[in-house]
Amino acid sequence: MDLYEYQGKQYFARFGIPTSKGGVAETVDEAVVQADAAGYPVVVKAQVKVGGRGKAGGIKLANNSDEARAHAAAILGMDIKGHVVHLIWVENASDIDKEYYASFTLDRQAKLHLGMLSAEGGVEIEEVAQTNPDAIAKLHIDPVDGLDEVTARAWVDAAGLDEAARDQTAALLVKLYTCYVEGDCDLAEINPLILTTEGKVHALDAKVTLDENAAFRHPEWEEYAGTETEDPREQMAKEKGLNYIGLSGSVGIIANGAGLAMSTLDVVNQVGGSAANFLDIGGGANADVMAAALEVINADPAVRSIFVNIFGGITRVDEVAQGVVDALARVDIRSPIVLRLDGTNAVAGREILAPHLSDRLVAEPTMLDAARRAVALAGN
Amino acid sequence: MSIFIDENTKVVVQGLTGSQGRFHGVRNRDYGTKVVAGTSPGKGGTDVEGIPVYDTVAEAVAETGASASFVVVPPRGACPAIMEAAEAGITFIVCITEGIPAQDEALTFNRLKEEFPGTRLLGPNCPGIISPGKINIGITSGDIALAGGPVGIVSRSGTLTYQALHELSQQGVGQTTCVGIGGDPVPGTNFIDCLSAFEADPDTKAVMMIGEIGGSEEEKAAEFIEKHVTKPVVCYIAGVTAPPGRKMGHAGAIISGSMGTAQTKMDALSAAGAIVALNPTEAGIKMVEVVRGLS
Repeated sequence: MDLYEYQGKQYFARFGIPTSKGGVAETVDEAVVQADAAGYPVVVKAQVKVGGRGKAGGIKLANNSDEARAHAAAILGMDIKGHVVHLIWVENASDIDKEYYASFTLDRQAKLHLGMLSAEGGVEIEEVAQTNPDAIAKLHIDPVDGLDEVTARAWVDAAGLDEAARDQTAALLVKLYTCYVEGDCDLAEINPLILTTEGKVHALDAKVTLDENAAFRHPEWEEYAGTETEDPREQMAKEKGLNYIGLSGSVGIIANGAGLAMSTLDVVNQVGGSAANFLDIGGGANADVMAAALEVINADPAVRSIFVNIFGGITRVDEVAQGVVDALARVDIRSPIVLRLDGTNAVAGREILAPHLSDRLVAEPTMLDAARRAVALAGN
Repeated sequence: MSIFIDENTKVVVQGLTGSQGRFHGVRNRDYGTKVVAGTSPGKGGTDVEGIPVYDTVAEAVAETGASASFVVVPPRGACPAIMEAAEAGITFIVCITEGIPAQDEALTFNRLKEEFPGTRLLGPNCPGIISPGKINIGITSGDIALAGGPVGIVSRSGTLTYQALHELSQQGVGQTTCVGIGGDPVPGTNFIDCLSAFEADPDTKAVMMIGEIGGSEEEKAAEFIEKHVTKPVVCYIAGVTAPPGRKMGHAGAIISGSMGTAQTKMDALSAAGAIVALNPTEAGIKMVEVVRGLS
């Protein structure tokens, strides 16, 4: 789960990482109140989960209430790479002397945590990695050992940060590591991390991705739930407890198992179609789950056919077939459905379906045949 | 031959008294696996359909001589259960639990590596391991597997593993061992561990490898195949059409920036001499061709 910048900064603040004084606003009037409270000059920043806000005009400096009002009015409702701005963050502007970069993430190849620190911040780190890889000081951290201040200080020296920033940065990195580990982040990134003209180091931006598997021990994450996704289909699926990702095609997909669901998207693509979604109904595909899945897909206006791809392992195909039949009795589905049922109890499953088959509910023996049929029905 | 375990391996099921543990533990036992014990704190002295239950893994090991464990406990208890097994002297741990926080998983991986280098963890978030006709630890349905070899299977995905087993079995092509390494970011056992074991196993004549987007284990596997695997390898990688930046069901199935795409993995495997199929059915067909071509 990606956090907005303002949520990331508030998350950092819990772990004692210094950020600028500011507040979040949904309206122009609220923005002016926040600006007045933060103290001028302020920076008005669009809150969207996509990079390149500055270039798109989503970050503006305001010296007084009138300017803050004008910028907030211009930025709210702005479309940045398909993301409409509903929220803005207003914070006291910093006098920047130097811009650095700091982040922690998991290095899956090394199976260790990876810290990255650079004296060249404020630009995309991928760009620095391309043009000047030596400017990034990498530190692998064994989770058993953690990160202490002595190690952090040596790392800061290696990265060649300005002398005035070194002690403060080392202390900040230990806090950021704690935030990353105890805060269960997949990514905790500060870009830029700044040294102000007054000699203070603090986080000017925040990019935080939380590990949803750890939600059980973070009741405080509840507040992020409502702001997590902008796709109404994904919101609906989440409320129904489904593992759904919205895409832009016309074939709705329901499959059991993440690998099979991914593979189903690929096969639909291979035969010339495009998937409207990823949806893994997991192991227990009973009538309730199937009905919920069909409802979510049915609500997507772009869907013109539905491909249900089930391979029974522990999941029994006869139960899935019954689930489909029951679900169809409950939900009025707009699009034709193509079923491919295989694996444990497949014969019994096909028998259950047989009397219900029609031009709106068809069965195909293999994944490829079913994909071709679904794509044809979608009119591709 | 089978890899990692065989028909004589004695298994303790951690979490045997839970609904999942009972279902799969008994199912594994009925398949022929030597499920000699279960554990559940506070329920020592009871039994589940004749399988004795102990309070701790240490007691179960002392009483039964179990050397493998099957961890079927919820995410918050899974890593402590894995460490308990290792501390009790278990050398092969299968963990099917999905939803373990990545931080816990990374910590546990490194603790095992440093404190218990002789212990192998399979998973988490995996379907387990089956050597058809000999032993089944995990949630794979035994009836879709066929004994007798000659194919070894290693896969990151559960349902695609079942699909692969099914495609081969239907054509009369059996399997030596089928290993699900799981879809999490820090798997205890990786492709290379399995490829290496299959290469060393005289009964395995060909290997099917099923990967997916995210991470770079497939690319590393490709390097290994090029240098060390003499047996034919048929691969399939799921997620060609997956959008970047999204976790596709599995915690580890995510394209980060330009890293971890299916195309990169397929290119690397192809360059390493592996046969790359575009969908699971094609992978099955290609493997059947490979097996029929073996003298």
